[in-house]
Amino acid sequence: MASNSLISVERLQVHFLTTRGVLKAVNNVSFEVNKGEAYGIVGESGSGKSVTALAILRILSPNARIRSGKILFNRRDLLSLNDQEMRAIRGKQISMVFQDPQSSLDPIFTIANQIGEAVSIHRKLVPEEMDNHITGLLRSVGIPEPEIRKNQYPHQFSGGMKQRAMSAMSLSNSPELIIADEPTTSLDVTIQAQIIELFKNLIGELGISILLITHDMGLIAELCDRVSVMYAGYILETADVYTLFKNPRHPYTKALIDSIPRLDLDRDELESIPGRVPNPLDLPPFCVFQPRCKFATDICLSGMPELLEVGEGGRVACHRAQRGEL
Amino acid sequence: MSNGNLVEVKQLKRHFAIGARSMNPFKKDVVHAVDGVDLVIKRGTTLGLVGESGCGKTTLGRCILRLIEPKSGRILFDSHDITRLNKRSMRRLRKNMQIVFQDPFSSLDPRMKVGAVVGQPFNVFGVPGGGSKKERVSWLLEAVGLEADSVNRFPHEFSGGQRQRIAIARALALNPQFIVADEPVSALDVSVRAQILNLMNELKNRFQLTYLYISHDLSTVKFISDRVAVMYLGKVVETGPVKAIFENPKHPYTEALIAAVPIPNPELRADRKPMEGEPPSPISPPAGCRFHPRCPRKTDICSEVEPQAIEVESGHQVCCHLFTA
Repeated sequence: MASNSLISVERLQVHFLTTRGVLKAVNNVSFEVNKGEAYGIVGESGSGKSVTALAILRILSPNARIRSGKILFNRRDLLSLNDQEMRAIRGKQISMVFQDPQSSLDPIFTIANQIGEAVSIHRKLVPEEMDNHITGLLRSVGIPEPEIRKNQYPHQFSGGMKQRAMSAMSLSNSPELIIADEPTTSLDVTIQAQIIELFKNLIGELGISILLITHDMGLIAELCDRVSVMYAGYILETADVYTLFKNPRHPYTKALIDSIPRLDLDRDELESIPGRVPNPLDLPPFCVFQPRCKFATDICLSGMPELLEVGEGGRVACHRAQRGEL
Repeated sequence: MSNGNLVEVKQLKRHFAIGARSMNPFKKDVVHAVDGVDLVIKRGTTLGLVGESGCGKTTLGRCILRLIEPKSGRILFDSHDITRLNKRSMRRLRKNMQIVFQDPFSSLDPRMKVGAVVGQPFNVFGVPGGGSKKERVSWLLEAVGLEADSVNRFPHEFSGGQRQRIAIARALALNPQFIVADEPVSALDVSVRAQILNLMNELKNRFQLTYLYISHDLSTVKFISDRVAVMYLGKVVETGPVKAIFENPKHPYTEALIAAVPIPNPELRADRKPMEGEPPSPISPPAGCRFHPRCPRKTDICSEVEPQAIEVESGHQVCCHLFTA
């Protein structure tokens, strides 16, 4: 493990016990986020990207079971901590920004109340200090007139302003890592651009690491240093962002990039991936992408490939790419 | 008809009264959802209508089909004024104009089998060209890329993309000329979006369809449209051929909108300055040009006089004072 590694997820496996059987949401997932790095996990719905994020903070639903794996944060395994130790980390060293600011803020408390609550769990400030701290936070995320706005209720904030307030809350205890799960999905594109800019500043000025969970390849290209592509609970490819877009190794990554309509290219037809994502209650015993892969051969039926190093720094879980056939 | 326009919209307005915030019962707040829109959609083409949430694009689409009654202005369909058509005559026309909604999880009745969903239009209008209902339904399902045996299954047995195919089959049932597609791929996964967009293009060519494609997503609008109209706060601020809009946008709002889209190519990662502020309330839109409070290039006239549409080049119109002089 490199010395500047902040969080390292090793062979994480998360299952959900459902009435219809065991749902394998996250399978053998390993990745590492360095200090000051923006790391992206990209995938479609049901790929397990959000479950991975929730597992890191150990805020999974009661029917979830972490079957195996380690989550090393500053070399401590989060999975071995008791509840009290975990509470000391949540919202302090690791904080989270959720997709829908509308439903993550409580409508009956003022913004200052809610940020204050997050702060007071971890440290005692006298009212005046608290007031200044909250005003400063709101100012730092670009909320105009923070002295007035902080005493308002969520319904008096627009969607973009709510997401700024959520970001302020996530920053309130100077975390080392912010997990942002689809932070801009419910926002308009011009507001999304403002939030992206805000995140860029957080990384650049405060040196915070960000784990960005998204389905949007554009967001990944805009913000992240390194990326993992998830599909059916597996990481299929990990690479630095330039390599991933220029020279994608996994057929799924390739198809995904070619399937998006783009402003910077003219396309008459979009590459489409036939078929659908496999049922997580009944994953195939071979490569999970095999049924939809146009490069599949017999070897692809010989078990799910491990995520292995191919070329410089990139890792891919594809039998054929590992043999240099793709 | 001779001029080739299937749909023409002239000075269309639709306002919504919402709960009064003052004690005076005669003073109601009014949302200016669509506030004087002119549009033309040529037969056999796709017009992309793009704008941010709350700009009135969905209201405009529904007004054109008269699913929402316009307050004033005119709608011409196939050169006939349909603005004041009575219900019975309107119903006859409806088979020519259909709609595909955003969310295929709520636009299909969960208790109806797919065959019944797709075949329902025939209960009202009969099967076009005679023929059996059953045959026509399986032909439609095949046209949208579904197995013919889907007829006996329920919507919940299908994925989002397949459900959107069912909704498209239903829209095609009566051989319409015109389809309003309101965010048809927004609820779908990335890889499935491509399937539906490709399908829409294929069907357009096969059946000479005309689309109004409503979306907030500029990338899909660029992919599917022949012409584009950009809406802001109830007004169309720019309209033109897709190439002109994306390669040579004139209105500062269009420029800002395009610049805000993240490009899936890290090499093009730009150090851009996002547009500041947020769209103002459509209850009391700003005087003059509605975009002026956020416009980086505003001058004195912008807050006073509302700009009129100017043709900057053939077929490319913009409402901005930068071009009036």
